[in-house]
Amino acid sequence: MLGTKEQGAKSKYGPGNHNVTMRIYRSSKEGNKGNFDSFDIPIQRWTTVLDALLYVKAYKDSSIGIRYSCRMASCGSCGMKINGKPRLACYTNVSELESSEISCEPMSNFPVLRDLVTDFSQFLSHHRKMKPYLINPEVDLCDNPELSEFLQNPTDADKFLQFSYCIKCGLCYSACPTVATDTKFPGPQALAQAYRYSADTRDAGSRYGLTAIDSRHGLWRCHFSGSCSKVCPKGVDPALGIQLLKGNIMSFAKRRKKIAELKQHTGKSAD
Amino acid sequence: MSGPRRKGLYRADESRNNREGLKGWLDPTGYGWERVSYWLQRLTGLFLLVYFVGHVYETSSLTGGIGSWNAMLKFTETTWGHLFLILVIGTSTYHSINGIRLIFTETGIGVGKPGRPEYPYDALSLNYRQKSGIWIALILAVVAMAYGYNVLFSGG
Ligand code: SF4
Ligand code: FES
Repeated sequence: MLGTKEQGAKSKYGPGNHNVTMRIYRSSKEGNKGNFDSFDIPIQRWTTVLDALLYVKAYKDSSIGIRYSCRMASCGSCGMKINGKPRLACYTNVSELESSEISCEPMSNFPVLRDLVTDFSQFLSHHRKMKPYLINPEVDLCDNPELSEFLQNPTDADKFLQFSYCIKCGLCYSACPTVATDTKFPGPQALAQAYRYSADTRDAGSRYGLTAIDSRHGLWRCHFSGSCSKVCPKGVDPALGIQLLKGNIMSFAKRRKKIAELKQHTGKSAD
Repeated sequence: MSGPRRKGLYRADESRNNREGLKGWLDPTGYGWERVSYWLQRLTGLFLLVYFVGHVYETSSLTGGIGSWNAMLKFTETTWGHLFLILVIGTSTYHSINGIRLIFTETGIGVGKPGRPEYPYDALSLNYRQKSGIWIALILAVVAMAYGYNVLFSGG
C-alpha cells in the first residue's frame, strides 16, 4: 500500500509520503514525435494524477501544457492517456494505478495541440452533426406566451437519462478501435447522443436518416468492442446506446414512441 | 482556432494527428473480453476469407483434370495440411458462434436496458450474459479443434 508507515519512512519526502516518477509527454514543434520528461515527486494516498501534474507544474517545470478545470470529473477537460489507457486525470488516484512510474500522454485519435492538450474540434463537430437538441415541430416553445412544460414520467426519463450524463471528455473516442482507423466515423460519444435524443419522448425529430448515422461510415462501423463503455467515467455506456440505436434502425425494437404531451400553465396558476 | 485542421477531415499524414491507426485494433489488450472478441472476430474473418478464396481455387482445379485435383488433395493429407485444416475448424467455429452473439448484441438484445448509473458505473452492456457468448465461442472452438485433431491425426 502506498503511504504506509514503512514506505513513508523510506521516502526522502518525509513520513506519510511516497514518491513516484511522472513521465510526461512533451510535444515537439515538428509534429507527432515528442519525448517524455521524467520527474520524481512525492504523493499522498489521496493524490490524483491531476494533483501530481500540478505539483510538477508548480515545483519542477511550469511549461508543461495541461488542460483542466473542475477537478471533480464534471467538465471533461483533463482526459489523457495514463499508463496507456484513456482516463480523467482528476478522477484517477495515483495509488490505484499500482505503479511507481506514471506515464501521461495526450489521448489517441485527437490531434495534439501541445503536450497533453488535444484538439476537440473534430470530436465536437461529430457531436453537432447528431442535432443534439430537442426537435419537436409541433411545439413552438419560443413564441408560447404561457409557461409550458412537457409531461414526462420517470420511466420515460430513465430511457435516456444515463446518456445525458456525458461530459464530452473524449475518453471513449480515444479508446475506440474504429475511430482509430476511420476519420469519418462519428465515434461512440456522438452516436450515443443520437440515441439519447431519439429515445427522449419530448423529441419528435427523426435522426435515423442522418448521413452521419445511417451510412457506410456511420454506426454500422461499430462492431461492439465495448472499449468506449469500459473507459467512460460517467456510466454513460455509449456502446449500449449504439447497439440500441442499431436495433431501432433495423426495427428490431419498437421504433414508434409516444411523444410527450405539453402541459400549459397560465400565468395566474403559476402564482 | 484557425489553420487547416478546421477544414474537413484529418489526414493520416497530418502533423500531430495522433490517430492510432491499425495499431489501434491490432492490440486487443487492456479493454476487456469484448475487445478481445472484436480482435479475434476480425482475424478469424480475414483468415476465413483467405481460406475461402483458396478453397474456391482448389475446387476449381477439378477443371484441370483429376491429376491436379489429387495433387491439391495431397497437401491436405500432410501434417501441415492437417494443422491448417484444424485452424480452419477452430476459426470457423469461433467466428460463427461469436457471430451469433453479435447478431443479438448488435440489434440491442442482451445488452440491457438503460437506467440510472450508480457508482462505480459498471457498464451494463458489458454484462456477463453477452460476455459468456465469447467464452462459449472460445471453448467450442477449442473442443472442435481437439475433435478435428483426433480425427485427422489418429484417424479416430
Ligand atoms: S460517453 Fe463517457 S467517455 Fe464518452 S465523452 Fe461522454 S462521458 Fe466521456
Ligand atoms: S478537471 Fe474537470 S473532468 Fe477533470
